[in-house]
Amino acid sequence: MSKYAAVAEIPARSMMFVPASNASMLSTAAVYGADAFVFDLEDAVSPREKDSARLLAFHALQSPLWRGLDVIIRVNGVDTPQFEADIDAMVRGGAAAIRLPMVSDAAMVRHLDDRLTEREQAYGRPPGSVKIVAAVESAAGVANAIAIATASPRLSAIALAAFDYLVDMRAVRSPGGAELFYARCAVLHAARVAKIAAYDVVYGRVDDEAGFIAEAELAKGLGFDGKSLINPRQIPLLHRVYTPSEAETAKAEHIVAAAEAALAAGVGAINVDGAMIDNPVVDAARRVIAYAAAGRNR
Amino acid sequence: MTVPSLVQDAAARPAGRLEAAAGSSLAAVAPSAVAAPPPPFAGWSAQTPHLVDESVKTGRKLCASLEEAVKRSGLQDGGTISFHHGFREGDKVVLAVVDELARLGYKNLTLASSSLNSCHGRLVEHIRAGVISRVYTSGMRGRLAAAVSRGLMETPVTVHSHGGRIALMDLGELRVDVAFLGVPTCDLFGNANGVSGRSRCGSLGYAMVDAARAGVVVAVAEQIVPYPNVPASILQDQVDLVVQVDEIGDPSKISVGAARLTTNPRELLIASYAAAVMEHSGYFAEGFSMQAGTGASAIATTRYLGKRMAELGVRAAWGLGGITGDMVDLQREGLVGKILDTQDFDAQAAADLAVNPDHVEITASQYANPFAKGAAVDQLDMVILSALEIDLDFNVNVLTGSDGIILGASGGHCDTSAGAKLSIIVTPLLRGRIPMVRDKLTTKVTPGETIGVLVTDHGVAVNPRRPELAERLAAAGLPVVGIEQLYDRCNAIAGKPRPLEFTDRVVGFVRYRDGSVIDTVYQVKEASR
Amino acid sequence: MDIERDAIAGTLESSDVLVRVSPHPVLEVDLTSAVEAQYGDDIRQLIDDTLRRLGVQAGRIVIEDRGALDCTVRARLEAAVARSTDQPLDYAALGEA
Repeated sequence: MSKYAAVAEIPARSMMFVPASNASMLSTAAVYGADAFVFDLEDAVSPREKDSARLLAFHALQSPLWRGLDVIIRVNGVDTPQFEADIDAMVRGGAAAIRLPMVSDAAMVRHLDDRLTEREQAYGRPPGSVKIVAAVESAAGVANAIAIATASPRLSAIALAAFDYLVDMRAVRSPGGAELFYARCAVLHAARVAKIAAYDVVYGRVDDEAGFIAEAELAKGLGFDGKSLINPRQIPLLHRVYTPSEAETAKAEHIVAAAEAALAAGVGAINVDGAMIDNPVVDAARRVIAYAAAGRNR
Repeated sequence: MTVPSLVQDAAARPAGRLEAAAGSSLAAVAPSAVAAPPPPFAGWSAQTPHLVDESVKTGRKLCASLEEAVKRSGLQDGGTISFHHGFREGDKVVLAVVDELARLGYKNLTLASSSLNSCHGRLVEHIRAGVISRVYTSGMRGRLAAAVSRGLMETPVTVHSHGGRIALMDLGELRVDVAFLGVPTCDLFGNANGVSGRSRCGSLGYAMVDAARAGVVVAVAEQIVPYPNVPASILQDQVDLVVQVDEIGDPSKISVGAARLTTNPRELLIASYAAAVMEHSGYFAEGFSMQAGTGASAIATTRYLGKRMAELGVRAAWGLGGITGDMVDLQREGLVGKILDTQDFDAQAAADLAVNPDHVEITASQYANPFAKGAAVDQLDMVILSALEIDLDFNVNVLTGSDGIILGASGGHCDTSAGAKLSIIVTPLLRGRIPMVRDKLTTKVTPGETIGVLVTDHGVAVNPRRPELAERLAAAGLPVVGIEQLYDRCNAIAGKPRPLEFTDRVVGFVRYRDGSVIDTVYQVKEASR
Repeated sequence: MDIERDAIAGTLESSDVLVRVSPHPVLEVDLTSAVEAQYGDDIRQLIDDTLRRLGVQAGRIVIEDRGALDCTVRARLEAAVARSTDQPLDYAALGEA
């Protein structure tokens, strides 16, 4: 483990969906090594199982199996009959974050923020402690991305979801992803403006490893912090994409070492092999080291 | 037509019943009796009367029915009969023969099959009726296993390993009077193999042991083919009698439970850890050897490891087992040199054995017999094995379930783990709710001192006897944890299981491969709710 | 809560549990479990505890367990009881203590 391993906080790379109606998956999926898991109360659960899935998620959240892991709950949308009960149960159950689907404007985020504040108070949780991941899945959501991403201090990430967005846009999914290019850039800009993380779309063809890796590399290159995932087999593939090469890591360690030497010597300017570098370069190097450290753990 | 067969290796065999029944004069020429002066010549056939009549000479072994074969075998009440388990869940020979023995009024027999499966449930009735009174087997499942666990038998069953079975034979404890060996094809002289005919099981590695050791050998053939049926696994000079039956087994049921490549992400996760353990074990180098096993995780491990072998250009000199199509695939890709095959677990492996000169049939003795002049397991680098339970000292149970009922088999588990340089146990940490890591095993089958690594979905635990291995694996980024941590983790998730209650009635003895008694299986005290 | 009508929750899949509840003058619990030998008593205690938290004092509760973890048993039992009545669940009372 590098001595610089702890020098930068990096957001979760993988956000792995687990259907909350499936007792067997809720009893086993904790082992897959995702950086964050998303118990799904929404799309993966049929309308008549919503109540039972909510209870399963509620108790699983508190079970020893999931303790210590980063668990997010995808609740049903703000305009659904399940929304209020979902929020009530998950705040009580101890969820660290709520992933809100179908966010088309900032008002939806603020509404969730209000409900969370009220429930945190009711259950004695610190105000503002439950984070929000906003998922945009429509033309309006993409167009309002910056407003959404800056709507609440609770926001930790914004995620793009492709299925409904493409229907809305009358577009068709293609291997190159040209139809998602604008949405990806819009969501990324919103994330960087708001200084929160950005997550790329789910890749549905679970048996196509090469296609998944190509899409993950595209997303990483654009600047996404990670992807939403639907199959555990995609987790190690994604993490490998986000793991820097040994040369990249060595270079980053060299830069950070120079920066720390400068700091120790009380020198303001950082000199790496005769060239002066500034702080953003050092920060980027620290992130590379953190990703390398994360990549070393299988 | 009652003609004695020639008997080989007389010293190694129980008294052959054919000679006794036929009042043979062969004893006069047996080497041990050479002290007397040799008889004077009295005509070409004086000592070999069975060679006079042409039809007797060539057809003397062929029996018209199982009944005739049984009667000519000379089997007595109280005798020992043996079988092989090459057809696993598809076997039809054990029940066909025991049904016939029951009909003929036999009692008090010892049944020694190399293993028994769920398909043998009806043996319960033959045991109740007193036809069978003692059982030697590697394992049992289903109805028979449940009944035995609940006290069906007066005499406890003997559970042995694949190598240990031959040890018991060679130590003189298990003396087979008549071996009924199901064979797909056989000629009328007894040359038999498992790779031709309608119902192919592939290697006859277990049957070959009995053919060499039983007092009387009956080839129970599905198809009689023209002489000579070569290459033969069971040989004409081993076989006393030949009988044709409609079916000896259903090959489609050989691979029951041994799935091909799984898509279960948990099995794949375990397999990816196991393959990484092998890769970083220190034994993964050009010319290494391995045995992979048949569980879903074991098969997926073979795939993952094969991928790494191809990427890194590391080839195995040989593979051992229990062979599946996956090992055959690796060999076809040039990643494995030779395959040593004591049993085939699917049709692809069986078909390959028939045509591939680098895929070689070996006997169970050559595979795993601890007292053999040479057992392949002793040359093995790495083996992947399963477990039903493992304790904090790495002792393993592969025989009894969490409810104390027998549901598995000893198999080659303790043989390969003793022989291999590194034995790797793969299992989910919990099966449903049942924790796999225990403070106390229900039944001990394999001693922990022969186990190297436990690979679970919650982490990898290395036997503290191998500190250097733990360091290597941790350095490779594997989630290495203490076995106590895995124990605490599964109990935290599932709750600590309550200890089972047993009566003091013994239902089985578990024999280690050297014949010693490693554990005792007691009757479960069933909850009376 | 009172069990006002027949209701069912869960499945018979492995690691899950199927719970059926129906109105009955007294409380009657019938458990069959794949892990009876090692966890039967623990599961009965968990059922009793869950019913007490829910305030269920009467009803017939039939549970078929396929090796579910405690959190699943609890969730399915609560779901079945909630479905048998019009009273809303109070999550404040359902936490793991």
